[in-house]
Amino acid sequence: MDFELNEIQAMLADSIEKFVVNDYDFETRQKYASSEPGYSKDVWQTFAELGWTAVPFSEDDGGFDGGPVEMMVVMERLGRGLVVEPYLANVVLAGGVLRRAASDAQKADWLQSMIAGELQTTVAFVERQARYEVNDVSTAATKDGDSWVLNGAKGYVLNGDTAQLMIIPARTSGDQSDRNGITLFGVTTDSEGVSVRGYETVDGLRAAEVSLRNVSISADNVIGEVGEGYAALEGAISDATLAVSAEAIGIMTVLTEKTIEYAKSRVQFGVPISSFQALQHRMVEMYTACEQSRSLMMWAAMTIADDNEESTRAVHSLKYQVGVAGTRVGEEAVQIHGGMGVTWDLDVAHYFKRLTAINVLFGNADWHLDQLSTESGS
Amino acid sequence: MNVTFSAEDLEFRDEVRKYFETEFPQDILDKRNRGIPLPREDVVRWHKNIYEKGWAAANWPTEYGGTGWTPVQKYIFADEQARANAPVFLTFGVGMVGPVIYTYGSEEQKRRFLPDILEFNTWWCQGYSESGAGSDLASLKTRADLNGDHYVINGSKTWNTLGQYADWIFCLVRTNTDVARRQEGISFVLIDMKQPGVTIKPIVLLDGEHEVNEIFFDNVKIPVDNLVGEEGKGWTYGKVLLQHERTAAAHVARSKYNLRRLRTLAGESIDGGARLADDKIFMRKVAAAEIELKALEYTELRTLASISSGKAPGPESSILKIAGTDLIQRIDSLYLEASGYYALPYVRDQYVPDFPAADYVGEGTETTSALSYFNNRKHTIFAGSNEIQKNIIAKHVLGL
Repeated sequence: MDFELNEIQAMLADSIEKFVVNDYDFETRQKYASSEPGYSKDVWQTFAELGWTAVPFSEDDGGFDGGPVEMMVVMERLGRGLVVEPYLANVVLAGGVLRRAASDAQKADWLQSMIAGELQTTVAFVERQARYEVNDVSTAATKDGDSWVLNGAKGYVLNGDTAQLMIIPARTSGDQSDRNGITLFGVTTDSEGVSVRGYETVDGLRAAEVSLRNVSISADNVIGEVGEGYAALEGAISDATLAVSAEAIGIMTVLTEKTIEYAKSRVQFGVPISSFQALQHRMVEMYTACEQSRSLMMWAAMTIADDNEESTRAVHSLKYQVGVAGTRVGEEAVQIHGGMGVTWDLDVAHYFKRLTAINVLFGNADWHLDQLSTESGS
Repeated sequence: MNVTFSAEDLEFRDEVRKYFETEFPQDILDKRNRGIPLPREDVVRWHKNIYEKGWAAANWPTEYGGTGWTPVQKYIFADEQARANAPVFLTFGVGMVGPVIYTYGSEEQKRRFLPDILEFNTWWCQGYSESGAGSDLASLKTRADLNGDHYVINGSKTWNTLGQYADWIFCLVRTNTDVARRQEGISFVLIDMKQPGVTIKPIVLLDGEHEVNEIFFDNVKIPVDNLVGEEGKGWTYGKVLLQHERTAAAHVARSKYNLRRLRTLAGESIDGGARLADDKIFMRKVAAAEIELKALEYTELRTLASISSGKAPGPESSILKIAGTDLIQRIDSLYLEASGYYALPYVRDQYVPDFPAADYVGEGTETTSALSYFNNRKHTIFAGSNEIQKNIIAKHVLGL
C-alpha cells in the first residue's frame, strides 16, 4: 500500500503547479475567460508542447501512457488554477472516446491533431430530455448508401462553440434508452446541416446548443462498431467524472486555504474573526470535507488503475461526495468571506461557481447516490 | 500509488481469519452474535486466549511483548476481528496505561506491571474525568499530597468505565496547586482499588446498563513508587497517549461489519413483508453512510501509510475521531430505523446469559438497536468531545 506519487507523477504535478503559480493568476484567468474564444490559444498550445494533452494516451497513440492517477494529478492542479482551457472536452472526453474506439486512421487524423493542439474537439453527450442518463439518446442516424444521415439536437456541448470535431452519439437502433443501438459519429462542425449556438456558462466556460438537420456523414466517420458506441461513451464519461471530481478537490482545497487566510486577517470587534469558535468549527468542517473527499479520490483513482471490480462504485461514491462536500465548502467559503464573498471581483465567488457547475456535470450527487443505493453495496 | 496488499499481508490475513474461526472461544462469538453482553470471566478468558496466541499487544514494542506488526498488519487484524464479530480489546491496560508505563515508568514499574497487563491478570480502569472537570480536564481537583514515602489521595473521579470489575486504576491527580499553568501540577499515579478509602458508586446509563462509575478516594494511601515518571508531568503523558490512539478512534472495521450486516438484514423479508432494500429513501441513507465509511477508511489508510514510511501521521489523522464517531451514531440510527416497532421492547432479561431473545421479540439485533443507539451517544462526548476535537484541529492544524 502506497499513497505517494511516483517520480514521474510528482514531476507532472510540479510542472502544472508552477504553471498555475507563475502564469495563471486570477486576473489572467479572467482575461482569458472573457476573450475570444473563451480561453487562451497560446496557453492551449503550451499545454500541447509540454505534453499535458498527451497524458492519458498510450505510447502507441503518441501519449504519455498515463492512467487515472495521472489524470487525478493533472485535474486537481488545473482546478487549483481555475483553468478555463478546454482540457476536459478535448483530452478527457473526446480523447477518452477516441482512445477506446477509434480506428488507426481516425486516431492519426483526429487524436494526433487534438494532442498536438491543432484540432478542437468535444463529445456531445447531453440531450434535453435525458437529464443524466447518457444512454437516453433520441438523436437519430439512418443509413443512406455509404453515408449516414443525422437528425436531432444536443445540449450543453462543452467547448461546442470552438470545436471543429464533435463526437455525436446517435441512435441507429433500439428504443430511446437502450444501451445497445447507440453509434458514435465524428462530425466536423462545418458539415452542412450542423448549427451551433454558443454561449457562456455560469462558471466562465463556453458551451453550445447544437442542432443536426439532415447532416450527411461518411461511414468512415463511424467511431467503433455501429450500434456499439455506448461502452466507449460510458468509459469516457467515467474518466471525466473522476477528472472533474479531482478538479473539484483542487478547488475545495484552495477555497479552504483562502477562507482560513481571510479569517485570520479580517478584524471585527477588535479581533481577527478566526478567533470566533463558531467560525473555527465551520472551517474545520471545510478542511474535513476536503480530506475525506481526497481519500475517496485516491481510492477511486487506484481502483480504476487496478481495473478493480469496485471501480464503478468508487466513481459514483466520489462524485456524490464531491457534490455534497463541494457545495458545502463553496457555500461556507462565500459565507465566511462575508460581503466580499458575493462580489464578482473576488476569486472565491468564481471557484464557488465552478464547484456548482461540477456538481451538475455527469450526474449530480443524488443521481450518483441512487446508482449506489440500488446495487448490492459493500 | 497503489492499494494492493503484499503476499505476506494476505498470508497474515488468512492466519488471523483462521484464528478467529478456530482458536478464539466460539461460545463468546455466539453470545456476541445474539447480542448478549459478556460477563467478567468471559472478558478475561478471551483476552487470555489472544495473549496465548501472542497477539495481545499490537501497539507495544516487541521488547515488552508487543507483536511487532506493521501498521498494515494492525489494520488487517482489526478488520478480521470485526469481521468475526469478535469483541474489541479493553483498552485501559494494553492501550493506555501500558504505553505510559513503558515510555515513562521506572524499570521496577515495568517489571511489576507490564507482564500482568499483557496477560490480563490485572484489570485496569481509568480515572481522568471529575464532576467538575469534563472537557476542561485540566481543572481536575483530586489531590495527591506527599507525606513521607507515600501520597494521600482525596477526591473523586467519574465516568470510570467498568471499574466495578477492576483491580487497579490509573489516575490524573493534582500534586501541586501553586503553578503558573494548571496543567503543570498534574501527576500520573497508579492506585490499587482493593484498599481502604476507595469506594465505587454505579452510574446507570440511558440504556439501563451499569457501564460507568463514580469513584471516591478518602485518605487513600499509595506508595511514592506508584507515581509514573516525574511529578507534575502527568498532563503531558496523558496527551501523548491520546495522540497514539487516534487511528483506533476511527472504528472503521466495526462500522464496516455493521453496515455490511445492515445490507443483509435489509434484503430479508419477514413473513412475506416488504423488504427494506426496496425502500429507496432508506437505502439512500445506507449508501451515503457507506461512502462516508469508505472515505474514513482511506483517510485511516493514508495515516497508516505515512506512519509505515516512518513519517508522523499527517494532519488528516486528526479528523478520524470526529468522522469515526459520527459514523457509528449514523449507523446506529439506521439500525434503529430498520427495526421499526421491534426497536421498542425493553427486555432487561435478555442480558441474562442464554436468554432466548429471538424467541421472545424477534432477532437479537432488533431488540438491542435502540439501546445501542442510546448507549453510543457517548462516543461523540468521551475522549475529548467532538467539539473539543474541532478546537484542537482549528488550533493545531489550521493555525486559527
